[in-house]
Amino acid sequence: MGMRQDLYNLIEDGITPEEVLSKNTPVRRSVEIKGEVTKDVVEELSKIKREPDWMMRLRLRSLELFNKLPTPNWLPNWVLDNINLEDYISYARPDVNRSSNWDEIPPEVRQYYEALNIPEIEARALMGLGAQLDSEIIYINIRKQLAEKGVVVLPMEEAVQKYPDLVKQYFMRVFPPEHKFAALHGALWSGGVFVYVPPGVRIEAPIEGFFLISNAGEGQFEHTLVVADKGSYIHYIEGCSAPRLSKYSFHDGMVEIYAHEGAKVKFTTVQNWSRNVINFNNKRAIAERNAEVEWVEASIGSVASFVYPSTILKGEGAKTEITGITIANGKGHVKENGAKVIHDAPNTSSKVVNKSISANGGTAVYKGVVYVRRGARFVRSHVACDSLVLDGDSKAYTIPHDQVFDDTAVVTHEAYTGRISEDKINYLRTRGLTEEEAKSLIVLGFISDVTEGLPFEYAMVLNRVIMLEFSKYGKVA
Amino acid sequence: MAELRIEDLAISVDGKLIINGVSFGVRSGEVLALMGPNGSGKTTLFMTIAGHPRYNVVRGKVMLDGEDIIKLPPEERFLRGLMVAFQTPTVVPEVRLSTLITAMINKINGRKLTDPAPPSLVNSLMKGIQEVGLTPAHLSRGVNHGFSGGEMKRSEILQLLMVKPKVALIDEPDSGLDVDGVFAVGKALLSLANSGTAIVLTTHSAKILHVVKPTRVLVLNRGRIAAEGGMELVEEIEKVGYENFLKAR
Repeated sequence: MGMRQDLYNLIEDGITPEEVLSKNTPVRRSVEIKGEVTKDVVEELSKIKREPDWMMRLRLRSLELFNKLPTPNWLPNWVLDNINLEDYISYARPDVNRSSNWDEIPPEVRQYYEALNIPEIEARALMGLGAQLDSEIIYINIRKQLAEKGVVVLPMEEAVQKYPDLVKQYFMRVFPPEHKFAALHGALWSGGVFVYVPPGVRIEAPIEGFFLISNAGEGQFEHTLVVADKGSYIHYIEGCSAPRLSKYSFHDGMVEIYAHEGAKVKFTTVQNWSRNVINFNNKRAIAERNAEVEWVEASIGSVASFVYPSTILKGEGAKTEITGITIANGKGHVKENGAKVIHDAPNTSSKVVNKSISANGGTAVYKGVVYVRRGARFVRSHVACDSLVLDGDSKAYTIPHDQVFDDTAVVTHEAYTGRISEDKINYLRTRGLTEEEAKSLIVLGFISDVTEGLPFEYAMVLNRVIMLEFSKYGKVA
Repeated sequence: MAELRIEDLAISVDGKLIINGVSFGVRSGEVLALMGPNGSGKTTLFMTIAGHPRYNVVRGKVMLDGEDIIKLPPEERFLRGLMVAFQTPTVVPEVRLSTLITAMINKINGRKLTDPAPPSLVNSLMKGIQEVGLTPAHLSRGVNHGFSGGEMKRSEILQLLMVKPKVALIDEPDSGLDVDGVFAVGKALLSLANSGTAIVLTTHSAKILHVVKPTRVLVLNRGRIAAEGGMELVEEIEKVGYENFLKAR
């Protein structure tokens, strides 16, 4: 207890994080780029960031691909209508000097983060923190002992300048601009965190990247790259938030992870964008021999979300675990939270666990692919999808796809869809719980095997946010 | 001093009158045994007093400490001190038994539902599971999930012990239990009564009543009270069976 206590209290009082943030005033910008995404715009962005040539070329190539690639035909029309890029601010630099000391961050900006207790949690539970506001990292700091061990945690732009050879090996090579939104990201990326963990270094407490969108009609395109060298360990946590905005904002971030031989990377996202954010996130990892990559994607907020954390098991004996929690609570809300695993080597294994909750007209979708290459012998894969549907207006879809080209593979899939019966509710009501409390307790229990794997303070915040979801919006028809 | 008074209660289910004018009362420390053949309306009575929406109150009152609670939602009745241990409790696989008990206690004490269990509760839980014959493993399983019939009863009794309600309505706590179980549950109920809870319990067997020693015995038949007395009624029913017992009245 104690951690993020203010936030708990606010949430208990029925105030959402987005409302807390909305009490603050908009942040001034020193640079803003708006309108159609053209070659000029991309070149200007690259110049502002004083990038080396190779990065500008990467951006321009991505832009070309963006213009060529078809728009996915499976996106809902209303989503497409609301991501008309000409209307968006594609780059917004807040008028804040970056610092590694919260005291140097102007109070009107600091209060956003203080409202969410970010500095406090950093002090108590994290080994490092990067905080992004709109298009730029405004705060970044790591514990001294990590820096001494050679761990690098830098804003992406700075890493591009300081460690070009290192960054170049991985940047958009794990996730090339192969589809329209990945290409758009490649053209417009800004901010994000670069992490390098040297061989054998184990970072026991998590490092967090926290992303905030402060304004309506804005695009955020942060790029996170985690390189874990041989035998190293890191747990990276990504948090996202936004105040309630007057119109849609658009998030199209990317996360690339490279786990070298025997390394373990755990990447946890707690996405709690406000209900005006349309969220795309391009997440992919490559795991070398005996490496392990664990994704946890908790998709709580946003009105529409399309995220499919993926792992390419490239080296023999590599493992991955992809866990998703999806909450689609509200009319028209569409939340896709999937997973992709490419078994590209023998004796690789994967486990996918997806839990979705749909309520009040929301739609939760699991889309997943398990691919086993011919010659990747003795692969094991298990996919389990559980959906909880809270009422007759809500939907859950499970769309798994297996492509298995080796006959020694054991690929299994199970799916379960449950409803909250009146009997369960009535029983819990005779134990003093209101209908909403009964529902939230069932929902929390449904996802508890996932939340219990999270660090305590994140699990607590997640639980409270979910409680709130179902107390405020969770009335039964 | 808590008191539950049922006054001229009539209940219908799906348009059919099941309980037709039942009155009785029970006070702190008393144990009232409610006997009666299958289908006499015992469970209907308890479900209605608990506030289950399927049961329709035709007339009558349920007075808890002078307040008619018949229109209150089930959770409010619980918070006023009334708790039912069900004959066939619902399985809630998603919610752990320990989570449910913690939530109940938090609710009673005005804390947040998901606050961690206070150390005092953890201690009494550990004592409680021994008393009713459960293990810590049961606490971390879903409520009644994969429990045997007997384990479900023990779980219901454990919940009562933790809550110590003003009034407990206990529906067949002994069915499905082995001899040791009946004895353990009986003893637990006795200690609950001694701590001041008013108890109404139904049963089909005299065994548990020899342990809890009811202060009064009521016999329900066709939705009405057919007989009222002490342990001698139980002995007579044991000897001659309900049919003959009821014929003789």
